[in-house]
This record gives sequence, structure tokens and C-alpha cells, in this order.
Amino acid sequence: MQEQTAGAEYTVEAKNVDFFYGKVQALFGVSLNIKIRHVTALIGPSGCGKSTFLRTLNRMNDTIRNTRVSGEILINGEDIYKEGMNVVKLRRQVGMVFQKSNPFPKSIFDNVAYGPRIHGQHDQQQLAEIVEKSLVDAALWDEVKDRLNDNALGLSGGQQQRLCIARALAVGPEILLMDEPASALDPKSTTKIEDLIGELREKYTIVIVTHNMQQAARVSDYTAFFYEGSLVEFDRTKKIFTKPKAKQTEDYITGRFG
Amino acid sequence: MNAFCDKFCFGLMRLVTYLVVLAVGYIIFDIIRHGLPAISWEFLSAAPRRSGAAGGIFPAIVGTLYLVGGTIAIALPLGMGSAVYLSEYADKNRFTELIRLAIITLAGVPSIVYGLFGLGLFVLFFKFGASIVAGSLTLACMILPTIIVASEEALHAVPQAYRDASLALGATKWQTIRTNVLPYSLSGMITGAILGIGRAAGETAPILLTVAAFFLPKLPKSVFDQVMALPYHLYILATQHPEAEKVRPLQYGTALVLLALVLGLSLIAIILRMHFRKKYRW
Ligand SMILES: Nc1ncnc2c1ncn2[C@@H]1O[C@H](COP(=O)(O)OP(=O)(O)O)[C@@H](O)[C@H]1O
Ligand SMILES: [Mg+2]
Repeated sequence: MQEQTAGAEYTVEAKNVDFFYGKVQALFGVSLNIKIRHVTALIGPSGCGKSTFLRTLNRMNDTIRNTRVSGEILINGEDIYKEGMNVVKLRRQVGMVFQKSNPFPKSIFDNVAYGPRIHGQHDQQQLAEIVEKSLVDAALWDEVKDRLNDNALGLSGGQQQRLCIARALAVGPEILLMDEPASALDPKSTTKIEDLIGELREKYTIVIVTHNMQQAARVSDYTAFFYEGSLVEFDRTKKIFTKPKAKQTEDYITGRFG
Repeated sequence: MNAFCDKFCFGLMRLVTYLVVLAVGYIIFDIIRHGLPAISWEFLSAAPRRSGAAGGIFPAIVGTLYLVGGTIAIALPLGMGSAVYLSEYADKNRFTELIRLAIITLAGVPSIVYGLFGLGLFVLFFKFGASIVAGSLTLACMILPTIIVASEEALHAVPQAYRDASLALGATKWQTIRTNVLPYSLSGMITGAILGIGRAAGETAPILLTVAAFFLPKLPKSVFDQVMALPYHLYILATQHPEAEKVRPLQYGTALVLLALVLGLSLIAIILRMHFRKKYRW
């Protein structure tokens, strides 16, 4: 009963998650509920486990050898680490944008169409529609509509990152994970990405890692502060930035360390 | 002192480089100078007569082309497959390290050993007899290490970020490799094939025991026939022929054709490589 009501409000429920790279433990009992169609920011000093936690949500950590996770992560009430979990299906549901933009060395069109194609969509008309819609949603359409067949690597850094967002949207995810998506961009491109996140939160549940405190304050509804692999504090962003409970959180957001 | 050493060392290296280029240039020049007069339409298109003392070398050209084609057809897919397995799928442990070491060691095994191996396994044990299959398989074993090592390097050169992006979109591992790793590493793999082609076309010892005929004016009818081959023909003319001195121009002619053939095949491979390079640049 409780789980069902929770399932409606929260897309992701992490319960007591430990994570190990070989013998080294990187996450210690992280429990965190992520609210549907809201932006949740993960902050904390570098090496505190933000990326690791993010990658447990789409099981990208599976691709790293010798890793182990324990605890429970539910997405829409389903335990994503259960035996026989369909990882392909999970990753369609949970899209990811990386720190360094990584478009494929193919045309802009083929980049966005890549996901739908591997999932069996080969109808040219349908693909064209998906590509256009995804590029519109990623606020890139107007800039590239006349050169969809150009190589994606000819785009600027900020455009490449929005292309990666479009590529992730094209498979129709519910959740979008972003690992410092603007950390390699100039201020103008960063603003564009932040505006875009503001629009995407209408339709998607967004989890964003950032080391930029102002950015977390600007774009997120909830903020989770990680320190040395543990979740120290998790609350509404406003609360975290005005009245943090923990001393460590206060020290971090006031720039005393990190 | 340091500046002097710098200058001296660089000078020395440059000198050595020039010497190498000079030596290769001279060999090629010498072959062209002596070989060109022997080249005629008949030489290229006719079968040999009087045990190679007259006539042409057409069957040997055809034989070498068959052998190179067969070798690449066997070695390229096997080599690429092994490389994909080793670098994308296999765990990094002692066992795979051992395999890698074995492959590198195989690259250094003398070619006559491959010849004996091929004779024992393909010619006698599998009863293929001296034939194009046996010869191609033997040559394929010989160039396999080169192709595996080059292919593995090509795979490593593909940024991990492409694999991550593809996997994160819900692609399976194999879909990722097929659509976002192999296409980008093809140019590098072809480099390995180029080196392989050169060796497969030029080696004498491995074919000596497994396929090459001393004198066989007929063209092969099936892959279980023997063929003549350019390097072996050259070897026969130069060392075994009763009139070795008299057929000297024919030797040079044969050498020139072999050289041109290897360069021509390599050229095709290089063009292919440039094509793939251009198509996927990052
Ligand atoms: N692939 C990996 N192999 C081993 N250890 C890793 C790996 N990735 C991260 N770590 C370790 O896990 C800890 C958390 O890293 P990470 O999640 O990347 O931190 P953050 O994103 O907060 O900077 C760090 O101590 C880091 O060294
Ligand atoms: Mg990180």
C-alpha cells in the first residue's frame, strides 16, 4: 500500500545503497527518493560519489569490471537490480547525458536517430518526425534544421551537448540523468542548457550532478548533498541553500571547502 | 654539451633514415632497371615454357592472387573476431594476458615453421594435399598475429565515450560494437591487413611445402589444386634452374611483377582505409 502511493509521487527510490569498486567502497547506505517531474541536483566535493550514484540509476556501472552494488533501487516501483532485469528496457526509460559531450562521428540526423533505430524503428517518415521533435525539445532545431546531414562534430561545444540531450530524448525516456552537463561549456552555452532543463522538467524527471552551487540553486527543486560517499542532507533546494541542517552542508555551500 | 649531443644525435638519426630510404630506393631501382626489359604482353599473359626458361608467368600471377585472396578471406574475419573478443569481451586476467603473449610470440615465428605446420596439419592430417586451401590456411596462420595486434590497437583507439553513449541509449553490447566501434576502427584494421597482404604475397617458405608447384602451366580448376606462385617461381629461377644465369632477366621481370602486385594490392587497401578515415573522423 505504502509502496504504491510512493510510486506515484516518486520515480526513483533508493534504499540503503552501498557501492563498491573492487574492494573500495564508494557509496555508504544512500537512501534518496526522487520526485517525479522535478529537478534533483546532486552536489558535493569531487570524489564524493555523485557520478557513481547517478550511474547506479541506469546501471551504467555494470560496464565497469569488478563493481558491486547492494541495497535497493526502485524505479516506478520496480527493483532495477532484481534477477532478470531487462537493462536495455531500463536504459530506454532512464536516459543519460555525459559530462563531456559525446556525439557519434556521424550526421546530426543519424545521431538522434541512433536510439530509435537500434530499438527497431526503421520507417523513414517516423524517424524524421522523432528527430525533429527531439531536436525541438532540446532547443537545437532552429540552429541545425538546414544541415541535418552534416557531421555532428562540426557543431559547437554547446550545440553538441544539446544534440546529446536530443539523442537521449529520442528514445522516449521518463528520467534524464545529467552528469555535469555544462561543466565544459562557456557561460552562454551553460545558460542555454540551464534554460533547457527548466523546460524539460515539465515532462521529465531530471537528476543533475553539478559542482556549481549557483547552478544547483538556479535549476533544481531538490538538492542532495553528498560527502565522502554518504548522503549528508537532502531537502528542497531553497531549504538547503538558506537553512541547511548539517554543519558540513553549510560549510560546503558557503565555500569553506570543496 | 647538451646542445651538441642533441645536434649530433638528430644528425645521426637523420643519416640512418636517409640510408634506409636510399637502400630501399636502390633495390627498387635495380629491379625496375633490370626487370622492365623482360616485361612484355607475352610475359604477363602466357604460360611458362621449357621449365620457365621461356614464355610468361601468368599462372604464377594468378596463383599468387588466389593465395592472397584466400589468405585475407580467412585471416581478416578470424583476426578481427579475435581482436573484438580480446579487447571488448574477455576479462583482463592472467589467461587473456597469456593469450596475448602467445599471439605476439607467434608473430615472430620463422615462416618455414609455419610451412611445416601447414604441411603437417592441412596437407597431411586434413588431407587437403598441396592445394590453394592448404596454402591459404597456412599463410592465414602466419599473418593472423599481425592482423589481431593491429585490430586490437584500432579498437583501443575508439574513445570509450562512444561505447558509453551507445550503451546508455539502451543498445546491447554487440549493437554497440557493430554500429559504434567496428566502423570507426575499420581503417586501423585495414592497416593490419595491408601488412598481411605484403607478407602473404611475398613469403616463399610457407607455400613451398603446402601449395606451390615448381612448373604447372595450367590454371587451377578448384581450390584443391596446386598453383604456381610468384615468390616460389622466383626462387626456382634464381637458385634451382639449370640455366640460372641465362634466365636472369626473367628473374628480374618476375620480381618486378611481384613488387607491382604487392604495391597494387596495398594501394587498394590504402584507398579503402582513407575512405573509412574520411567517413568517420573524430
Ligand atoms: N571506475 C572507477 N574505478 C575505481 N574507482 C572509481 C571509479 N570511478 C570512481 N571511482 C572512485 O569512487 C569515488 C567516487 O567517484 P565519483 O562518483 O566519480 O565522484 P564524483 O562524481 O562525486 O566526483 C572516488 O573515490 C573515485 O576515485
Ligand atoms: Mg563526477
